[in-house]
Amino acid sequence: MMENPVIHVEKLTKRFGSFTAVDNISFDVGKGEIFGFLGANGAGKTTAMRMLCGLSKPTGGTGTVAGFDINKESEQIKQNIGYMSQKFSLYEDLKVWENIRLFGGIYGLSDKEIAQKTDDLLKRLGFESERNTLVQSLPLGWKQKLAFSVSIFHEPRIVFLDEPTGGVDPVTRRQFWELIYQAADKGITVFVTTHYMDEAEYCNRVSIMVDGRIEALDSPSELKKRFEVGTMDEVFYLLARKAKRGE
Amino acid sequence: MLILLGMPIVQIVLFGFAITTEVKNVRVAVFDPSKDELTRRIIDRIDANEYMNVTQYLTDNAAINNVFRKNQADLVVVFSDHFSDDLLHTGKTSVQLVADATDPNTATMLVGYATNVIRAVQAENTQSGYIPAGNIIPQVKLLYNPGMKAAYNFVPGVMGLILMLICAMMTSISIVREKEMGTMEVLLVSPVRPIFVVIAKAIPYFVLSCVNLVTILLLSRYLLEVPVAGNLFLLASVSMLFILVSLSLGLLISILTQTQMAAMLASGMILMMPVVLLSGMIFPTENMPLILQWISDIIPAKWYIMAVKKVMIEGVGLAYVTKEIIILAAMALLLLTVSIKKFNVRL
Repeated sequence: MMENPVIHVEKLTKRFGSFTAVDNISFDVGKGEIFGFLGANGAGKTTAMRMLCGLSKPTGGTGTVAGFDINKESEQIKQNIGYMSQKFSLYEDLKVWENIRLFGGIYGLSDKEIAQKTDDLLKRLGFESERNTLVQSLPLGWKQKLAFSVSIFHEPRIVFLDEPTGGVDPVTRRQFWELIYQAADKGITVFVTTHYMDEAEYCNRVSIMVDGRIEALDSPSELKKRFEVGTMDEVFYLLARKAKRGE
Repeated sequence: MLILLGMPIVQIVLFGFAITTEVKNVRVAVFDPSKDELTRRIIDRIDANEYMNVTQYLTDNAAINNVFRKNQADLVVVFSDHFSDDLLHTGKTSVQLVADATDPNTATMLVGYATNVIRAVQAENTQSGYIPAGNIIPQVKLLYNPGMKAAYNFVPGVMGLILMLICAMMTSISIVREKEMGTMEVLLVSPVRPIFVVIAKAIPYFVLSCVNLVTILLLSRYLLEVPVAGNLFLLASVSMLFILVSLSLGLLISILTQTQMAAMLASGMILMMPVVLLSGMIFPTENMPLILQWISDIIPAKWYIMAVKKVMIEGVGLAYVTKEIIILAAMALLLLTVSIKKFNVRL
């Protein structure tokens, strides 16, 4: 148990009919931590994440996100989190600055704040020249970086990233993780799901889900030591092959 | 798949049996101040005709308009005051056939039926020497659309179709598009309440529909010369209500479907076809088999088109369209409740 966790979950369960997607999971995530949430397809990662974001109600169990109850205070939770989904989630037919402006507005930032932070953001990403570009004409890696920056634009306490780097080349992935580290340095807690085991190594701690349950939760180095293997890849393989349910 | 295989069956059955421009079960009202042997004979023959039924007897001239406005009859037969006497003494007499010409095709057909019956009676009676050879002259009077312009019929239909299409189809597609793109999820995670997301998506199409409504009315007034006989404000209000129904329908479709393709098919199949075929826009619903009439009753466009015909062409007031308004309002309420419920369940 840690003190003042930003995310605290106890016996969280989600059932769809007779199918238990998330089965009694408990964990804590601390402030500024980069928490990797791993699992094979269908292991229940996305479902668990949706409950934390207030997108779906748990069947059982309790938890708090940013200090708010996930069962009752999903509206307050939404004020305090950022979210970037599996699919690319900006408006392709809007320009770069229009997307930033839209999401800034949705989170209730004032026009002045938006204008100033837009400049900062574009400068930091080296995107100044792309301000008026339509998002659809950006390369995928740039889009993902932009989407991430937009998701933390309103300085949330936690940002949820659902497979943010799917289909992105290794170099851009590397740059993307630099952005994640920058965010974590600013005190934003990063909750990330991924399929790439090299990315798991970048996390402070990882949890590995199998069939709706958390089978392992620790820092990557501890996990490797415990399972007596050299890479996270092997750790994941050892655990994931125990899975009974398919895709 | 179901759609692909089912389509031809549905279409063939619909066109083959149900949807004909042929008019059956014509409700005939009679005003007979003369009340003599001959008028009775004509009335009996009309009633005996397989297409027509005499449903009521009117007692004065003023009732004629009311019968149409309340939609209680399709055709009114008015005999002259001294029908047989005129025929005996002057050799000719007249009978007036009054029909609602907002649908010119149907009106022409009704008048044709009645004229044939009267001619037949006349021919028989002249042969048997029962009445003197003379002329019964049917005078035709077409209410609301004396020029028999087709526009009087299709303008309300087009209004129903266009508003339905723009609102329902575009709303559903635009919301489903957000789902497909993944932006919907981001919006739902944001502090913006889902209901506002939906309202924000619907407003542009609401405005667009209102602009369309104005365009149609202007065009029909100045290009097709179809006047707005009734209260413009009432017409606008009914239209807004219908737009609301369509928007809710679009919302419901967008919640039930996951892809733009599906939303498109759903709106096309569920909205377009029934509206064109079953709303009474082209084919009169009264002549369809009972089961299709029931189906047509749940099509919002049918009620809207009926209301528009009444207000715009016949020029009647609020009292005569309350039924349609209540039905449309109930539909809007029902659709909105179901959509919002479904929408929340999904979260």
